[in-house]
Amino acid sequence: MAIVTADNRGLRLAARYAVLILVAIIFVFPLLFMAMSSLKPSAQLLLDTKSLRAFLPVGDLSLQNYADAFDRAPIGVFVFNSVLVTGITVILCLLVCSLAAFAFVFVDWTGRTIVFSVLLATLIIPYETIFIPLLLMASQLPWIGAEGFQLGWLNSYRVQIVPFIADALSIFLFVQFFKDLPKELIEASRVEGASWWAIYRRVVMPLSGPVIATAAILKFLFMYNQYLWPLMVVQEEAIRPVMVGLGYFTDQLNVPWGEVMAYLTIITVPVLAFYLALQRVFIASVASTGVK
Amino acid sequence: MASKLTRSNRSGWIMAFPGVALMTLFIILPFFLAFAFSLTNQRLASPNAAEYVGFENYRDLLGLAVFTLEPERDDTGAVIRDDDGAIAYPRLRTFTRNNPDYPHLQGKREWFSWGAGENRMVVLAADVVFMKALVNTFTFVIFVAPIQAGLALCLALLINQKLRAINIFRTIYFMPVVVSIVVVSLLWQFIYSPGDGLLNNLLRGLTFGVFQGRDWLGDTGTALPSIMAMSIWQGVGFHMVIWLAGLQNISPTLYEAGSIEGASRWQTFRYITWPGLRNTAVLILIVITMQAFALFAQIDVMTNGGPLDSTQVLVFQAVERGYGRQDISGGSTISVILFVIVLTISLVQRWLTRER
Amino acid sequence: MRIHMLIAGTAILIASGAAGQTPLSLWYHGAGSANAEEALVNQLVEDFNASQSDYEVVLETFPQLAYNDAVGAAALAGELPDILDVDGPVMPNWAWAGYMQPLGVDEAKLDGFLPGPIGRWNGEIYSVGLWDAAVAMMARKSVLDANGIRIPTLDAPWTREEFDSALETLKASGDFEYPLDLGMAWQGEWYPYAFSPFLQSFGGDIVDRTSYQSAEGVLNGDAAIAFGEWWQGLFENGMVPGTSQDAADRETGFLEGKYALSWNGNWAALPVVEKFGDDALFLPAPDFGNGPVIGAASWQFGISATSEHPKGARRFIEFAIQPNYLTAFSDGTGLIPSTAGAAQDTENYRPGGALEVFYALSEGQAKLRPVTPGYIVQAKVFEKALADIANGADVPDTLDAAVDEINEDIANNQGYGH
Repeated sequence: MAIVTADNRGLRLAARYAVLILVAIIFVFPLLFMAMSSLKPSAQLLLDTKSLRAFLPVGDLSLQNYADAFDRAPIGVFVFNSVLVTGITVILCLLVCSLAAFAFVFVDWTGRTIVFSVLLATLIIPYETIFIPLLLMASQLPWIGAEGFQLGWLNSYRVQIVPFIADALSIFLFVQFFKDLPKELIEASRVEGASWWAIYRRVVMPLSGPVIATAAILKFLFMYNQYLWPLMVVQEEAIRPVMVGLGYFTDQLNVPWGEVMAYLTIITVPVLAFYLALQRVFIASVASTGVK
Repeated sequence: MASKLTRSNRSGWIMAFPGVALMTLFIILPFFLAFAFSLTNQRLASPNAAEYVGFENYRDLLGLAVFTLEPERDDTGAVIRDDDGAIAYPRLRTFTRNNPDYPHLQGKREWFSWGAGENRMVVLAADVVFMKALVNTFTFVIFVAPIQAGLALCLALLINQKLRAINIFRTIYFMPVVVSIVVVSLLWQFIYSPGDGLLNNLLRGLTFGVFQGRDWLGDTGTALPSIMAMSIWQGVGFHMVIWLAGLQNISPTLYEAGSIEGASRWQTFRYITWPGLRNTAVLILIVITMQAFALFAQIDVMTNGGPLDSTQVLVFQAVERGYGRQDISGGSTISVILFVIVLTISLVQRWLTRER
Repeated sequence: MRIHMLIAGTAILIASGAAGQTPLSLWYHGAGSANAEEALVNQLVEDFNASQSDYEVVLETFPQLAYNDAVGAAALAGELPDILDVDGPVMPNWAWAGYMQPLGVDEAKLDGFLPGPIGRWNGEIYSVGLWDAAVAMMARKSVLDANGIRIPTLDAPWTREEFDSALETLKASGDFEYPLDLGMAWQGEWYPYAFSPFLQSFGGDIVDRTSYQSAEGVLNGDAAIAFGEWWQGLFENGMVPGTSQDAADRETGFLEGKYALSWNGNWAALPVVEKFGDDALFLPAPDFGNGPVIGAASWQFGISATSEHPKGARRFIEFAIQPNYLTAFSDGTGLIPSTAGAAQDTENYRPGGALEVFYALSEGQAKLRPVTPGYIVQAKVFEKALADIANGADVPDTLDAAVDEINEDIANNQGYGH
């Protein structure tokens, strides 16, 4: 290794940070624009988009847009619905998809290759393209709930949740991760007489922090950003999610941009919080497992 | 491979069952229904019963014809030229509209053409918009997949340094990912705004006024690249994180060994880092390709496929036809075609990246 | 917070299920509308529920752009409400598709209504609205005077030559970024609503209205091609901002003096009056050869085909079209009331009111968009053709393609029941 002087090292460190900060600016500026704009009256906001003032907290700042936005739409209800639907789906997805992936990778059973190939092929079906047949089906599905037996799932939380629990991408993520786990670990447990369920719960899942975090974040984003499907299947305002709620602001002839920015800022907060919470688990588990 | 230890039909099926059942019911079955629709004239709203039409919807989308357009000649047989010397051709519509001599051209439109001597060769398509959507989708994937994967790797290497406050940067780089693409598209409309929009002003400032300003989304040349740039900006953070997870999975002892043997930075990357990222690379390539093919929201919010179809893409067309124009069968047909295309590509990808 | 919301949710559930009244569901498109529209509908529903004891209307509002898709999805799934709110030009499609049933109200009650707010299909009335909307050429008297441009009237609108030369004059003045703003930023229904009247004034149309079976010759005939060339010229010559105009400029450009003229609806008129006062002008559409035309427009109430209580739904609709609600809607939203009688009592449309001229425009120039179930698709095709031509596409080829698509759609739908 070359010998580096202290000065040299300081300079290199500064250069590294300079690069990091430059890149950070590129990533953060539209979001800064969103947050700053949410504090400005619409007229000023639109004028500011013509200059760097768009990114600065300057001019007539207030929380008026937030107050107006809450007046215009039941934002609390929308956020609650989205968080609820998204949260339940993510949890069920992690369970169902990791189980399936476990079966595909570790357990040897008749038909697993063919079943896996078929499921994997569905990775490339965009949901937008199957929503109409899905809608027709969902309107005919039976359900047994608090009110007894009923036909049709529309206008409910379940119709926003159940169809999205299992998906090819989540299974695929788990499969890729499980493939890298040492097979000997599982075989050793089998030799010791552990049941498959016990191996899944005690051996594999504790090692799967990173993939759980990745799959959870991806699923969370997908669910939280759903628009077309809830639009088609949910009629009651009381169970509407955030992206449909965006229409309360943008479907106007004279769009109230200040309120739009406030709304966008509000609905971005839960996702950001979710990511920040998981990021720690994610990074920590990657570091701690030291798998391989 | 199959050892007695890992063989268990019952457990395997039980564990896979919830996922398999849900996906069969909510993805595979609807997809087969969509395929069935593509063989009918099913409408979104109609009192008429749907009828089986065979592969007519596919022909309506994929039909092509090549036609040689001969120049107009005067009475002496000389080619007529306009003032600039360009050859004058009869209008295509005289052949494609109600001309009994050219039944195979009926209703087709010019997709592209080129000069061949005095004649013009014209490729006509039954559905030019679909053809443009097909080309644009491929263009989008071909540019976005490698650029986004590459940039994501650079970013991952950048934030895989042991520096103070590196976690803050990790978070910032990831932030666009957590913002809905619809939200991002709304914000970037301001950035791409023509005239004195943000990007124009910024570039004008950086070039001391030399830059003239562009109509980023309103110009056929820049509309799709603008959407590509925004999509990469939005998605790159996610793939950065996957790369990062891959990077951190590489054993530190390998790097120690490399450093003892005096490997250069490039050698370290080439012989230790890159081989260690193999599985990650396959994953990222597949995920990015899928996401790129599913391009929809950006188009829906920002351009609606325009200007002049320069940002038409397949999923947008499928949705636009199925819902907007109430043509479920046409929309479903596009979905099926998209499925076949992507399936083919992923089979090729898997074959290319197979473990040898 | 969460618990609070859950309790609120439960309370709503209990409230809506209470009492011996038959519930009637009503869907409305104006969720989040700032112009008090939502509050007015709420008031209307409350008044109706209080006025009688047989029925209880339960209102559900939707964001406007999502509304038609939500209704389509609900119809597919057999989940339509009793009372539907429907955009006038869309109504024939819904009636034809079997979403709606004839209104069955006494026609005498609709005496004196403008044509725009009444929805007819196959000889029956299916829907009726509380208001109409009109589009005008917004201008400033001072600007026109300074440039020596004649101020047109309903009886003597601008001719094409006058209009074109007015644009040239305004452009040459150099005072404006563009002489005219057409509102290209507003995609969707705005295009057929605001621009197909130009085509009609040229002598063309979106579809042949004698049979509604073809667009051949009307959307790609000589008149339509002349319209297309003129349309393209507006953009090529820099007379109007193009399809990438941003929504902000559309909203404020005319007020800020970026544009000399603005083709805009009466819902945007009040800010203009506020800003320019007596200098504000709302001018009739130019006459391009076949008379001046503007679009008629209105959201209307109708009864769904699956409603089990059409009597109740009818009662609600008859309740809603009482003059005092027409007046209240107009005062609250700035829209044109459906009858001259109600207009008398409104703030803006009474004689001497700031927007009085719009009532005359609606009465004198308004023409319904094609009354056919195929309109939904035709509107989309027309929108795309106009956007493409504005962006430089070949005019006859683009119009031919539009005709083919419209005709193919009509054939695929077996003539749409005409």
